[in-house]
Amino acid sequence: MSRIDFDVAHMLAGLLVLISFMQLYQDRLYALLNVYALHALTLAASVAWQAMVQDAPHLYVTAAIALVFKAIIIPVALHRIIVRLGIHREIEKVVGVGSAMLAGMGLVALSMVVMLRVTYAADPLAREDLAFALSVVLLGLLMMVTRRNAVGQVVGFMSLENGLVLAATGARGMPLVVEISVAFSILIAFIVIGIFLFRIRERFDTVDVAALDQFRGERQ
Amino acid sequence: MTFDALAGVLLIPAVAAALLAALPDYRVTARLNVAAAALTFLCALSLFVRRPQSGAYLIVDDLNATFIVLTTFVGLSTSVFSLSYIGHELQIGRLTPPFVRFYHAMYQVLMFAMNLALIANNIGLMWVAIELATLTTVLMVGIYRTHEALEAAWKYFILGSVGIALALFGTILVYMAARPVVGEGLDAMVWTVLVRRAGAFDPALLNLAFVFLLLGYGTKVGLAPLHAWLPDAHAEGPTPISAVLSGLLLNVALYALLRFKMLLAANAGALAPGPLMVTLGLISLVFAAFMLYRRRDIKRLFAYSSIEHMGIITFAFGMGGPLANFAGLLHMTMHSLTKSAIFFAVGHVAQVKGTQRIADMGGLTETHPVLGWGLILGVVAIAGLPPLGIFMSEFLVVSSTFARAPLLAIVLVFGLLVGLAGLFLRLNSIAFGEPRGAVGKAQASYVPMFAHLSLVVAAGVYMPPALVAWFQNVAGLLG
Repeated sequence: MSRIDFDVAHMLAGLLVLISFMQLYQDRLYALLNVYALHALTLAASVAWQAMVQDAPHLYVTAAIALVFKAIIIPVALHRIIVRLGIHREIEKVVGVGSAMLAGMGLVALSMVVMLRVTYAADPLAREDLAFALSVVLLGLLMMVTRRNAVGQVVGFMSLENGLVLAATGARGMPLVVEISVAFSILIAFIVIGIFLFRIRERFDTVDVAALDQFRGERQ
Repeated sequence: MTFDALAGVLLIPAVAAALLAALPDYRVTARLNVAAAALTFLCALSLFVRRPQSGAYLIVDDLNATFIVLTTFVGLSTSVFSLSYIGHELQIGRLTPPFVRFYHAMYQVLMFAMNLALIANNIGLMWVAIELATLTTVLMVGIYRTHEALEAAWKYFILGSVGIALALFGTILVYMAARPVVGEGLDAMVWTVLVRRAGAFDPALLNLAFVFLLLGYGTKVGLAPLHAWLPDAHAEGPTPISAVLSGLLLNVALYALLRFKMLLAANAGALAPGPLMVTLGLISLVFAAFMLYRRRDIKRLFAYSSIEHMGIITFAFGMGGPLANFAGLLHMTMHSLTKSAIFFAVGHVAQVKGTQRIADMGGLTETHPVLGWGLILGVVAIAGLPPLGIFMSEFLVVSSTFARAPLLAIVLVFGLLVGLAGLFLRLNSIAFGEPRGAVGKAQASYVPMFAHLSLVVAAGVYMPPALVAWFQNVAGLLG
């Protein structure tokens, strides 16, 4: 593999980690959605680059799914949901920006240490892609625990899935079955969540998950 | 492709799901549901007679044949139970006809997903199937649309998805480990190819993969401390779904773990997965045993009991070796049968009493003797008293552990005793004493409950040599 191929792939994967960090400190839902769209866009670019470098045309399908579905359709749809529910004001976060960023840095360091040490035998592109992918996954998890709002948690989950797609495309020659199914399951997951959001709204007039916590698991 | 039993266990539920979604009348669909489950069970049984060829996508061997037959059998009896259960829910207006239609279609989709997960030879396909099973159960847990049901479904969805995502990462890592050895493409995800050549894989990558898989699928097994979704999902969904969740879906996730455990066992350099599973198993057992004491909700009580038993089973498989594996398999089978029988009883009890609160139900043996004594028999079985089936398997787990790791066995026995006492404490207030709560007549079908319980009793008293030989053979496969 030539030097430039490697560098571009590396840059795109690194960019994805950076955008994950940007998602961590957004405190408005619209801004969060925009950053998520950027996240998905970068993923699409990264996957398309992998398709070219690996000479694997089927990966273009995955890239197209990331571009059309994740970067356009989902953010637009979530945008409309937010408008309809009238919850565009601030996101309530469980922890502050500073501690969330610190925790995020810790997680990225962790994934680098673990991944680079474990995969020394694999080819350099794959191992660094994998290290970045794990960082994105862990940052997605972090985002899910630092958000109280259901929409914020959903976005966290979707950026986590983006990390998985990055990992899957970084693994050379991984069968298409998995990529399509990942995209497909996101679709299903999204529908499920959409239904949930509306039901939650219908019942309690809020999508703040804290409102659900009144029920602590035991009936008195 | 010719039609064989493998295609059968997938196609019948798939076609049935489409039909059930299209037909409006619940009397027809509920019966159709039973018929489809029965056909699937027959198909699964035929695996013992004539075994279809395994391919790159589907596989059938002695290990998963056992799981498939158990799954389809409990699927069948639960569909019979759900016939009367759903009828009652419609009568009291807790569910409306469109929801019942949805429920039946989802039931078959769930059966399809579980069967697919069990016969998948491709680790990616297996992952997809488990994801599908998770999504269908999320929808069914939330079906009552009450405050509690929605919270339970949301919690289950979020925790389940995170678990599933971690499992996918583990699956990708397995592929990465296999690629240099097997080559790129489909073969590097086919389980039979992987296990044959696992010896040459990079052990460090395999280790890391297993950690992710254990956390991911372990969430679905309900191992503590990843169990938080389980009690809510059991308590708030319709009772037939509680029975299927406890009796089957937890097993399916455990089955996925076992497949990967076999992969690691085939690689000399990889870490031994046993101690990890033993630790998680013991934590789940002891934790859940203590949690039994302060339960006020009857379904939640038995959900914690499921965590306890999944802990025992994971512990047994983690110990490994022919005897412990045998005990684990036996315990898994017995637990599936007993726990679903208990949920059948609990479902009717909750319907008669109109509540799930333990404080509002008492003297059940007086007001509803058949239900009450059925429940008692079930709890006696699940608590592991002789001479029932679970006593046998628990005894085997304990004795094989004493021979190899006495210290672990002490913890195990401690957990078992704490759990036993906790269950009986609760059972006492439900079954005996002054009758409390409604005393209306139960419109129950007792057949599924007593069918399961009599199997458990029979297994405790006499195990046919053919069955013992079969389980020994499967235990040998697990290594």
